[in-house]
Amino acid sequence: MDNHMFAATELNQKNQRTEKLVRLLFIMMAALLILPVLVILGTLIYKGGSVISIDFLFTDPTNGMTEGGIFPALLGTIWLVAVALVISVPLGIAAAIYLSEYAPDNWFTRLINLAIINLAGVPSIVHALFGVGAFVVFFGFGTSILSASLTLAIMTLPVVIVSTRESLQAVPHSFREACWNMGATRWQTIRRVVLPNAVSGILTGVILEVSRTAGETAPIMFTGAVFFSPFLPQGIMDQTMAMSLHLFVVSTQVPGVPENLPYGVALVLIGMVLLMNSISIAFRMHLRGKKKW
Amino acid sequence: MVNEESRIKLEIQNLAVSYGGQTAISGINLSIREHEIFGIIGPANAGKTSFLKAINRMNMFDSNMQVEGDILFNGQNVRKWRNVYALRSRIGVVFPLPVGLPMSIYDNVALSPQLRGIKEKAELDIIVERCLTRAALWDEVKDRLHTLGSLLSGGQQQRLTIARALSQEPELLVLDEFSIAVDPVTTMRIEDVLKELKSEMTIILVTNLVQQARRLADRTAFFLDGECVEIAETEALFTRQTSDSRTRDYVEGRFG
Repeated sequence: MDNHMFAATELNQKNQRTEKLVRLLFIMMAALLILPVLVILGTLIYKGGSVISIDFLFTDPTNGMTEGGIFPALLGTIWLVAVALVISVPLGIAAAIYLSEYAPDNWFTRLINLAIINLAGVPSIVHALFGVGAFVVFFGFGTSILSASLTLAIMTLPVVIVSTRESLQAVPHSFREACWNMGATRWQTIRRVVLPNAVSGILTGVILEVSRTAGETAPIMFTGAVFFSPFLPQGIMDQTMAMSLHLFVVSTQVPGVPENLPYGVALVLIGMVLLMNSISIAFRMHLRGKKKW
Repeated sequence: MVNEESRIKLEIQNLAVSYGGQTAISGINLSIREHEIFGIIGPANAGKTSFLKAINRMNMFDSNMQVEGDILFNGQNVRKWRNVYALRSRIGVVFPLPVGLPMSIYDNVALSPQLRGIKEKAELDIIVERCLTRAALWDEVKDRLHTLGSLLSGGQQQRLTIARALSQEPELLVLDEFSIAVDPVTTMRIEDVLKELKSEMTIILVTNLVQQARRLADRTAFFLDGECVEIAETEALFTRQTSDSRTRDYVEGRFG
């Protein structure tokens, strides 16, 4: 009898077989995620890698956009993203701090939360048309970097708010109570204890926003981005070219573009986003290594 | 000296606390003298922590918690104080579970002085050393003041919490079952510290270790089911036939 104490029964064996199968299934599902990334990147590098060069990045497109580089579009995207960030980051972080640290649970707070969820669900083309109506026409900013960036900012605001709020909430409540007990005000508590420990999460939200902003096409094509411009933008009231729109144009709108050019543009665009993401991951790991409870 | 000791630091009149209509404590009347260690004993759910939260007005952060009655701190009604931050900074609180803030050991203790507006490094250094020494932690951490406080062991974190409470230079120190997360040896060291601190501040010691109250408290109150059953000089509470049989049963370990 004693010998059989640890022997597997038939039921045990069956459970263990199921366990292995289920585990395998989940691993395969998770591994599937890598596939699209590899295929996309692989295709882009294979077909577009040949056009990438310093010249390609830093010269103007020529010959009806069938030759030359992408510099105005690259610069335009940087402009658009930077201005959108300047608008949405302070606004989004302030709103998230209010919602996480100050807001009582009442109808007003719930209304704001509802608005954020709905804002996140609005399709980008609707944002684009809103941008035309509000910024281009009503406020009279015209088609400009300002109008386009405002539209992008509003579109990406929910991402910043939700991710910032979540990283604030991840800081344990007991830290706040300990601080309040010492006689600290809410703001002192936020500044000294909550924010320093939420930075890495907030940063992630901001980078996510950058990635999204850099790739958006619809919201900018009516509000500030143009097919082609012989001039580089000099300020936020100028129109500009942009990477995402440029990709759309060289892929579908201009005849006679060599096949590898659109792939090259896409590769640069995706490279920008990946670069930003890696910087943020590195920075986060650096911060996380320093702070922990 | 006698005169000094008989001054009332904290007076509680008809205090009641409820959470969304459910009563936690009611009808509490007691007064705590300056420079005494006032013990509060009682089983779980007796309302000890609710009592402490009300003193500190922490109910502000819990919309579910309602407080009624009067709490006079230095003769002033705390429920009418406009400057709740000044109130809280005069009351140091130590929770049952240590809360090392996610910052360096030094900053944990220097935070409260900094919030009071002390900026000079030399002054902060003195405060940090004094508070850590008093909390019986200085020798263990003096060489690593700039490492994270939250990485200390549980017992060390609790002493850090005590050091932080002392850094407020509180008039009233409130300890809520501080020894739960602390080993017996450290507990004894902290108890020695508390006996010394008595000359400088008033201490409320909430404990579920009956013998700890007996060792430290000048007077002890027995809380049960949201009521204050009895308040007496500690020795009297533990030795004489107390007026209430429930107290006797509790201190002798027959229930609770």
